[in-house]
Amino acid sequence: MSNSMLLVGTRKGLFVLESDDRRDWSVRGPYCESWPIYHAVLDRDSGTVFAAAASEWLGSAIWRSDDLGETWEHSSEGLGYPEGDNGLKLSKVSHVMPVHGRLLVGAESAGLFESTDGGKTFSLLTTFEGMEGREAWNDPAQQPPGHLGLSAIIPHPDEPGRFWVVIQGFSLFETNDGGQTWEPRNKGLRRDWPADYEEIGFCVHKVAPAADFERMFQQNHVGMHRSDDGGKTWTEITEGLPTEFGFAAATHPHDRDTFFVIPLDPGHGRTMPDGKAAVWRTRDAGSSWQRFDQGLPTKNAYVGVLRDGMAIDKQDEPGLYFGTSTGQLFASTDDGERWSQIGGLFPGITSVTVATVE
Amino acid sequence: MAQLHLPPVLPPLFPGLPRELEVEAATVNEAIDRLNERWPGVRDRLVQPGPELRPHINVYVDRERGGLDSSLEPASRVDVIAAISGG
Repeated sequence: MSNSMLLVGTRKGLFVLESDDRRDWSVRGPYCESWPIYHAVLDRDSGTVFAAAASEWLGSAIWRSDDLGETWEHSSEGLGYPEGDNGLKLSKVSHVMPVHGRLLVGAESAGLFESTDGGKTFSLLTTFEGMEGREAWNDPAQQPPGHLGLSAIIPHPDEPGRFWVVIQGFSLFETNDGGQTWEPRNKGLRRDWPADYEEIGFCVHKVAPAADFERMFQQNHVGMHRSDDGGKTWTEITEGLPTEFGFAAATHPHDRDTFFVIPLDPGHGRTMPDGKAAVWRTRDAGSSWQRFDQGLPTKNAYVGVLRDGMAIDKQDEPGLYFGTSTGQLFASTDDGERWSQIGGLFPGITSVTVATVE
Repeated sequence: MAQLHLPPVLPPLFPGLPRELEVEAATVNEAIDRLNERWPGVRDRLVQPGPELRPHINVYVDRERGGLDSSLEPASRVDVIAAISGG
């Protein structure tokens, strides 16, 4: 029998939820000594759970568990910038992702680390030296509060050297040589602020590829966008949504035209518009949108969902999950039309990922 | 041998690491190095590049505020304190 496993990263540790029917969920945790978790993921090849965590007291580390969370080890060996590299300091590890046998880690200040021994030791892959915009994204005056630096790593499922990263507030980048060289992938995106660079300076919140990795959806600071060429060009598809702003998003694993998003108030509140929680879905690649709120709090629900706060599994009828920055977790198994709250009340949720384990 | 007293958040991260132990060291920095030899990774939890103590980690040597360079006497007491901060 297959079990669904949710890895729920929170401000106070990692929680593991399990279910064999996606209705009743058991909860384990908090793990990682209740360090703030920024992202956690199961490596399907090795069976290891990895969590990117950063303690205000004890620094940053990648935690790993070979027994689905029962026992843990951590390491930060090699997670740091060389002395004198323009004064770059590592404030946190923001994202962790297995990529065809390597473990890649995104950090703030923006940099990419790799581990080739399963998360025991790390080495610096790049801080994007010499790239246009690097000086700006490493300038504290141009960074938002809680800056994540390199906030996402998106591996191509079939091409080991090809993946995308997001540098928060500045750009989506693609590499085709394992991280040696990079191309900005922002053509067609909107920006409503003065730009110092033609191809850099776009506030990419979340990129969610379809299974073919040609179709991609992007929740940007300003607008929802779609790409049909692997991120090379983007077209805005915001029309029909209540706001242009949001963080979390998910693409249907079996239908490249179906995509889910949670629009938020674009002010600094960044919570559900009018206090009414809802998930929006398109089935036609963004030409039209439908709103769903059955089972969600539709009154006085001033909750937000962060960029890694939504996940979708790959079952025939996919399970869709999102966690709020105030600790509620919701699930749907009918393409987002009906929702139920699961698991309990958690610390503020920063990350939700899902896996199916045998 | 200096008497080292560690904060309660540290031992759960390193199996076998006690809250209190004795180390042979001439400075706080050396004492942390001795710890790191037996429990690899401890140094990263207490010290950041510089090297300097992490912002919310404080060290007292014989009840006086100290730092990595503080000298230790053979019978010194070293208290490593994680600041009571956060929410």
